[in-house]
Amino acid sequence: MASIKGYRGRGIALHAVLVAGLLLSAFPFYWAVVMSTHTSTEIFSYPPKLLPGSHFPENVRNLFDTVDFFGSMVNSLLVAVSVTALVLFFDSLAAFVFAKFAFPGKRVLFALLMLIFMVPMQLQAIPQFVIMAKLGWIGSMTSLIVPAAANAFGIFWMRQYMRSAVHDELIDASRLDGAGFLRQYWHVALPVVRPGLAFLGIFTFMGQWNDYAWPLIALTDPDNVTLQVALSQLNGTHGTTDYGMVMTGALLALVPLLIVFAIGARQIIGDLAKGAVRG
Amino acid sequence: MATVPALDEPPAVTAPAPVVHRRKGVLGHWRLYAAISPFYLLFLCFGLIPVGFSLYLSFHRWDGLGSMEWAGLAQFRYLLGDTDFWSSIGNTLIIWALATIPMIVLAMVTAVMLNSAVRFKNVYRFAYFLPNVTSIVAVAIIFGSVFSTNFGLMNALLQAVGLDQVAWLNTPWGIKVAIATLMTWQWTGYNAIIFLAGLQTIPGDLYEAARIDGAGPVQTFVRVTLPLLRPTLLFVLVVSTVTGLQSFAEPQVLLQTTANESTFSGGPDHAGRTMVLYFFQQTFDNNDFGYGAAVAWGIFLVVVLFSIINWRLVQRRGED
Repeated sequence: MASIKGYRGRGIALHAVLVAGLLLSAFPFYWAVVMSTHTSTEIFSYPPKLLPGSHFPENVRNLFDTVDFFGSMVNSLLVAVSVTALVLFFDSLAAFVFAKFAFPGKRVLFALLMLIFMVPMQLQAIPQFVIMAKLGWIGSMTSLIVPAAANAFGIFWMRQYMRSAVHDELIDASRLDGAGFLRQYWHVALPVVRPGLAFLGIFTFMGQWNDYAWPLIALTDPDNVTLQVALSQLNGTHGTTDYGMVMTGALLALVPLLIVFAIGARQIIGDLAKGAVRG
Repeated sequence: MATVPALDEPPAVTAPAPVVHRRKGVLGHWRLYAAISPFYLLFLCFGLIPVGFSLYLSFHRWDGLGSMEWAGLAQFRYLLGDTDFWSSIGNTLIIWALATIPMIVLAMVTAVMLNSAVRFKNVYRFAYFLPNVTSIVAVAIIFGSVFSTNFGLMNALLQAVGLDQVAWLNTPWGIKVAIATLMTWQWTGYNAIIFLAGLQTIPGDLYEAARIDGAGPVQTFVRVTLPLLRPTLLFVLVVSTVTGLQSFAEPQVLLQTTANESTFSGGPDHAGRTMVLYFFQQTFDNNDFGYGAAVAWGIFLVVVLFSIINWRLVQRRGED
């Protein structure tokens, strides 16, 4: 009896600590809600406001008057959606080839792929900027979409997935039925790797949505930027004065991301952890 | 001769009906090459050529507009004596240590607790992962308000318990602590979930055996859990080294409002100027593309060296 009680007591203590950690994780989001519902005067007063206020609509109005919030959100969506679509197609197609076919040079090409993981962004930034400027892409969303349209991580990830999920017998059968390479890819391989594609898609979308360093350099026209760059501009110019408005921008910028994450959370958390332990 | 067997396939003696078209030469496989070509083309244009070009650039002087001028090893010689670069390495390493050490300890403790908690595991995993998916820009803005000197929550807390206020984003250590706190917040939950996945690969009978041998929880953790978790620890350490040493958005956005010269200057006294910030400052503020390229190679070297050191440290512990 006593031991059961002790066990239960430990369980409660355990959950108490875990809930404390959970609150710490969630607190900045709550804090953003609090700040975005107050005026600057309220924010600058002491003691600080710890509960949400009533000035959210006003902050939203100020935000929309100050920056082209929707314009930059459309830009971010355009970039994130196009990159995700391109990555899903190009990466899974290449992965299908690496997983299921033999051809001259395969080993070398795949080793090269792994090497590319290691190249840091700074080594590419200057020349990429120069190349983009020559192509006339600087300042446009093309400069963000094209270089990100296929990546080594996605090919590697999808290849692992295809090797176990796409059975050779299925490909053989479809070939005997007269299916060409593209039809094997589209009708045989893709349908069985949907969970892998879902992970790669969500992961890519979130990565692009949050990308900041390269867009900051490449988007030279301050009126035509992605949401993260617009937020940073907003913070730089109004961060010391109208904090409620800046915080409203930060909060609203998180919304699309949180929706995508809520949809794919189970998949993305499980797969990332599995990948890390396997690798 | 013209074909190479698929990777990881056993010798083809017993292999049933190979998918491979074995009699075709290079040209016969054109569809396959076409299918993988988008990535390699992009990589050539925006990966390989840029890396080569940045090596070439680091031996030149160039402002991005005029003509390039051969500089030999001058840029690298300057880099070695550049105290600003060395102090940016120092800043980066201090911030990295301030963020990573508590992060790994907290993540491991959280993972062990999550592993023994039976209920609500998915709720915890979701909430703990959330900080990692949110954009650094938004998060840095939020943390900026927590650490603000005038109206920040931290100073309000200090005031409430009767302590002196700290000008967090205006003093060298305050800046580093603020950046490190942000990084710890963003990565602890993520790493806890990675550790949790590692813990779940440890067979339950090992714990049972330790318990029968009379080992307490601490002893079990040190003797059973930790050694078996080493591969996961290695992964976590390498990932946090590579990402942590290349931190850019955190200091850039956090110190935007207190930076005096440019947003790449790393705040008052450059106390938050990390290596990558210094790279951006040299390249895009000063338009010194040649020196910027040399700095980029310097950063690359530091990251590789530091990753190898970390790797060795964790591996050697395993040999004891």
